[in-house]
Order: sequence, then structure tokens, then C-alpha cells
Amino acid sequence: MNRGTDGVFFLTGKDFTNAGSASSNLKGILEKMGIPPEIIRRASIAAFEAEMNTIIYAVAGMMHYSITPEVIKVILQDMGPGIPDINQAMQEGYSTAPDYIREMGFGSGMGLPNIKKNADKLTITSAVGEGTTLEFLIYLESVSQTS
Amino acid sequence: MKLVDLVEHLSLEVKTPGADLTREVTGGYVSDMLSDVIANAKAGSVWVTFQSHLNIVAVASLKGISGIILVKNRVPDEDTLKKASQENIPIMTSSLPAFELAGRLYTLGLR
Repeated sequence: MNRGTDGVFFLTGKDFTNAGSASSNLKGILEKMGIPPEIIRRASIAAFEAEMNTIIYAVAGMMHYSITPEVIKVILQDMGPGIPDINQAMQEGYSTAPDYIREMGFGSGMGLPNIKKNADKLTITSAVGEGTTLEFLIYLESVSQTS
Repeated sequence: MKLVDLVEHLSLEVKTPGADLTREVTGGYVSDMLSDVIANAKAGSVWVTFQSHLNIVAVASLKGISGIILVKNRVPDEDTLKKASQENIPIMTSSLPAFELAGRLYTLGLR
């Protein structure tokens, strides 16, 4: 496998036209690197949910990724409203999405739980009025078997 | 089963001209909640939904969905169709409501 790669995608809040393209690009990169499909599936779900959160809630944000033979690390950093109570936000079904977002089929309160389910490690730090940083790790097979 | 078989048997209207209808369909999923589809739909499925905005294409593409069927003659947005052509995701419409369409798909053998 390749030794590794990293990069960044820029995300614009409320830009539903391009929503999903960062995750889609990331998926393409993982496929090219020959990462196992099941890991790509988990990474794509987590990346898409995190990307959509940024687009729905924040003014703008960035998705950084770094892929090594051991781990896929994705960090989403946004300029958004921040999350006052992260534990509450992690609860399945809890959402603060406005009606028009819900009508689009988003905002069902499954985003963060979906990320948690699919990632091996999820860390969220947030400051109200400043923004949120979400980082998730997905270990590649060779490591998860030994850890 | 291929998409073209579904189009034929269920009189679906194909909204994406030039779409690859020879694509194999291995299952089906019905949901209007995008997070649910992202989390639970299986690659190769046909996705039945009421949603017609362009983000359904991103979801379908990411999940490897074979095609999207919009129910009750929902008209897909112009930009949805544009995106669908770019991403090579066939979009079809049916006059049936989701419950009935799912029933027909099931009868045709999809699981």
C-alpha cells in the first residue's frame, strides 16, 4: 500500500449544491489506495455525516484527512454556532435542525451517532459562538487486529 | 435483475437520459431520511424515496446505490438531474406511493 497521503477540503455553509463532494472525493482516494471496502464504507458514512453537519450548521469549515498504513484520520473544523451540550447532541434523535433541513431528510438526530458507530474513535471539542472540531479515527485492519 | 427490468415491469419513467439501465439491482431500500440511507442501505440497492433535491444523488453515489425511484410522480429538481448525470446515478419516477412500489419490488423478487 502507499505510505500515506493527506489533504484538505473546504466546506461552505448552506452550500447544498456541493454537499457530499468532500466525502465522495475522500472515498475515491481511499479506493485508489486499495483500502478494504468495509473500511471505506465506514469512513464514507462518518465523513458524510460530519460534512453535512458542517454544511447545515456552520458558516464554513474544513475537512482534513490523513491516511497512513495504520489509520485514517479525519478532522472537521468549523466556524459554526458550537455545541452547548455534546452529550445531548450525541443522543440518537436529538437535533436542533430547522424545519427546512428536516424536510430535506436531514436533521433526524442520527448524524453524530452514525459517526460514533462507524469510527473507532471520535473526539468532539466545541466552543459556543466559535465553532466545533470533530475528529475521528478508523484503524486499518493490520492495527485493529493487534490492538 | 437489472434496472431496465424494473423500468419495464413497473412502468417507471426514466428521468436521466442516457443513464446506464443495465446496472444490476441486488436489493431495495425505502427511506426519506438521508442519515438512515447512508447508515443502512446496501450497495447495489434501488432506493425508493419521496425526496427529490440534489443531495439524494450524493447519498446514492456514496453508497453505491444502483438507482433512485421517486414515488408519486415526484418531479426531480433540475439540478438533481444534472448532478445525477454527472455522477451516473439513474433517476426514475413512479406514479405509485412508496408502500405500493415497495410491494411490487418485493413481488419481483428484490429483498
